[in-house]
Amino acid sequence: MTGSPLIEVEDLRIDLNDGSRKVPAVESVSFRIDRGETFGLVGESGCGKSITALALIGLLRPPLSIGGGVIRFEGREIQHLSAAKQRALRGNRIAMIFQEPMTALNPVSPVGRQIAEMFVLHKGKSWREANQLAVDALASVRVPAPERRVKDYPHQLSGGMRQRVMIAIALACGPDLLIADEPTTALDVTVQAEIIELMRNLCAERRTAILMISHDLGLVANVCRRVAVMYAGRIVEERGSADIFRSPSHPYTQGLVASLPRLGSRAALGRTRLKEIAGVVPAIASFPDGCRFNPRCAQATDICRTTAPGTDLLGAGGLVRCHHHA
Amino acid sequence: MKLRANLVIGGALFALAILVGLLAPWLAHTDPIMDANLMNAEEAPSWTWWFGTDGQGRDIYSRVVYGARVSLTVGIVSQLINSVIGVALGLSAGYWGGWWDDVVNALTNLMLAIPSLIFALAIMAVLGPGLTSLLIALGLTNWSFTCRIARASALSLRSQGYVQAATVLGYGDMRIMITQLLPNMLGPIVVIGTLGMGSAVLSEAALSFLGLGVRPPFPSWGSMLSEARDQITTAPWLSVFPGLAIFLTVLGLNLLGDGLRDILDPQSRSRRT
Amino acid sequence: MHEPQGRPDDDLILSVEDLAVHFPLGGGLLGRERRLLRAVDGVDLSLRRGECLGLVGESGSGKSTIALSILGLLTPTRGRIVLDGQVVTNRQSADRKALARIVQIVFQDPYASLNPRQTVRRTLEDPLRVHGVTAKSEIEDRVATMLKHVGLRPEQADRYPHEFSGGQRQRIGIARALILNPRIVICDEPVSALDVSIRAQIINLLLELKETLGLSYIMISHDLGVVEHMSDRVAVMYLGRIVENGHWREIFERPAHPYTQALIAAIPDPLRHAPLATTGGDLPNPLNPPNGCAFSPRCRYAEAVCRSEPEPTLETRPDGHAVRCWRSDEIAHQTSLAAT
Repeated sequence: MTGSPLIEVEDLRIDLNDGSRKVPAVESVSFRIDRGETFGLVGESGCGKSITALALIGLLRPPLSIGGGVIRFEGREIQHLSAAKQRALRGNRIAMIFQEPMTALNPVSPVGRQIAEMFVLHKGKSWREANQLAVDALASVRVPAPERRVKDYPHQLSGGMRQRVMIAIALACGPDLLIADEPTTALDVTVQAEIIELMRNLCAERRTAILMISHDLGLVANVCRRVAVMYAGRIVEERGSADIFRSPSHPYTQGLVASLPRLGSRAALGRTRLKEIAGVVPAIASFPDGCRFNPRCAQATDICRTTAPGTDLLGAGGLVRCHHHA
Repeated sequence: MKLRANLVIGGALFALAILVGLLAPWLAHTDPIMDANLMNAEEAPSWTWWFGTDGQGRDIYSRVVYGARVSLTVGIVSQLINSVIGVALGLSAGYWGGWWDDVVNALTNLMLAIPSLIFALAIMAVLGPGLTSLLIALGLTNWSFTCRIARASALSLRSQGYVQAATVLGYGDMRIMITQLLPNMLGPIVVIGTLGMGSAVLSEAALSFLGLGVRPPFPSWGSMLSEARDQITTAPWLSVFPGLAIFLTVLGLNLLGDGLRDILDPQSRSRRT
Repeated sequence: MHEPQGRPDDDLILSVEDLAVHFPLGGGLLGRERRLLRAVDGVDLSLRRGECLGLVGESGSGKSTIALSILGLLTPTRGRIVLDGQVVTNRQSADRKALARIVQIVFQDPYASLNPRQTVRRTLEDPLRVHGVTAKSEIEDRVATMLKHVGLRPEQADRYPHEFSGGQRQRIGIARALILNPRIVICDEPVSALDVSIRAQIINLLLELKETLGLSYIMISHDLGVVEHMSDRVAVMYLGRIVENGHWREIFERPAHPYTQALIAAIPDPLRHAPLATTGGDLPNPLNPPNGCAFSPRCRYAEAVCRSEPEPTLETRPDGHAVRCWRSDEIAHQTSLAAT
């Protein structure tokens, strides 16, 4: 393998045009994902994680637009590609699955046809061949009786089965990168385990990199090798997943880890009052000056209120954006 | 903020019509009925007679000004009756469901199947002509759209958390409908009501034109048109000015309705992102 | 904690006996078979004063149906609900008010659960007026006190819901549930729609209020971490039935039913980059439940007895822990062997 990453994001900025002015919804976001790697982007609603993913796949629509920075796919800049070239990339090399498969699937088309379409569109197969490949694809995502299921419509399938179909569509053309935006948030925990394991195994077999986006730090830390935590449009910490829970460095990450009731902690330590993160998540139009976490941060000092912190290197390839990091 | 042209122009036209109706005694040059003078019959518009005069020498401008009172009264009052009937039936049907919903649905479908003007004609035939009959006839025949909208809103609102919470808090059905459901469906109801007022103004004109509305000599825009139809070639001003008044008022109401729809659209109101 | 005095029944504030809620689906017309969804089918539950009962299970397991039945929003097909000594199952709509003063609910979605056209004050004052509180000063006092209880400032009372964040809205929802001084509060996924950094605030608030106001909770959640943190006892549901019911520590440290075990094992461990334990297959279609034990098609311990009628009964052990499984003793033996 060469050292060049599969996808590289450098200083990405995404603007939200609210009619009179442009507000940065995402700013100074940089990360890279290697071939076959699993990378997680974690944060709360409005932190910019989902629109960052949409920017990668070329699906940003007004009022959102890329305001600066570079996105490289296999070393080639893709942020200004024509619509046609982006379409060729999408589905074929970069695929995406969404939180709610019911809205992402076409309700009036049998699922087999929707999978087959990918082979016709991107691989130039005949419908006859493609239909056979669709059965194989359904079998590969462990849908029982795939030759019968291809004729089903999305509403005839359970939530878990629909997400399997989404994965089959996403992986149909053997993409190099799979973006999974909250892929299991709408699913029950035992079904989540099934879907996560399926996604993880299939991607490992095919050396497909995963960019997983979620609000669930625990899930992402379990699935991904590296995790970046976003807050109010910026990445505040990027670490190996084992480190981020054991020794979080940014006060926000520390707060997140300490505030969640973790299974087994009451049995081990008794019921203690959960650590709260004070205040509320800021809206895009009212991101505070300086470090955007400063109004909620117990350690904030004057510099935090005026100057945005730069990125500091931690051991083992970690990055943190904080004036007072641990 | 983009200035919403339809809202501003529509509101201005409607406000103008209301002002004219309210200030009619001050705006009119002559009494619309009594000041007939055959010496001035069928004068063309001039500095003395802005809109000209009719066959009996009455000032058309003054009659149009007073006619606003009839047209707007019919438009506003009859649509108010329609809105109240439509909301009461639709809201209760959507909230309670069951057999009552079936009854209301059947009634609504019946109303939609009969052209409302024909229905109003039939009612007028029974009640006889006059302003009161006009209000009743138009007020009873145009509630089906309001009813449908109210029913659909009630159906979707009924499962909202705050409606369930009100039930759990022991609120009675009436209170739930009035405090929880009604305020949240008012937007579309107001829009439909505004558009309905426009069509009521037109219906008044149509019924008066057919001689079933306000009796002569009292002026209404519709009855003026009706009287003017024989002179349309010889004295076109007799029909042009009342016609223009109807056109501008209905246009204003339609623009206002569109404008209200734009700002009351629940999608633009939601703050959730 | 104090030991219950006198007869144990005195301490019960809620008991649900053999509750069943069935929904008929589809008409019998045109030869289509009329199907019955057994959303809840024979559930017994009890709640003691000051206790928090966790109700756990996946979507379609019947948790919310039980909640709606207790609140009087659904009419049960069978069974009895006794609230504070009164049977409330076949109540007339007139005593909905009496019921309202005993049991209330905090909803999941703080956005849909507040009337967008009413100020916070109106939202809190109206219930008092409905329940016959007329003195203006008393109403104002109670609203101000309640706002303070849930951590809002009195001057925020005249604002509309859209002026608040999700966490603050949930505080308003809690204030509304508590304004009539109920004895029981059903918390239906009270934090799952909130931002992660806000959840701890609401969980702490709910636990504080339970102590200061002497409340009893039924805590419905799919987040086992939250349930473990808040509950005294936990009932696990699967396809309309309770499969395990016991002290929180027993449930989480020594789960006896294979489904409870699967639920706990499926939670990702953030400290380990390791595969998640999978159960095999999706939830079965509740309209066509499996023969015998409903969990048998997904259960790794299932044997012939599990797949044939009759289904296992909920057996209560001497320590009060109840399990619905033919093989729980053998499984407990196996897992303890595996652990050593």
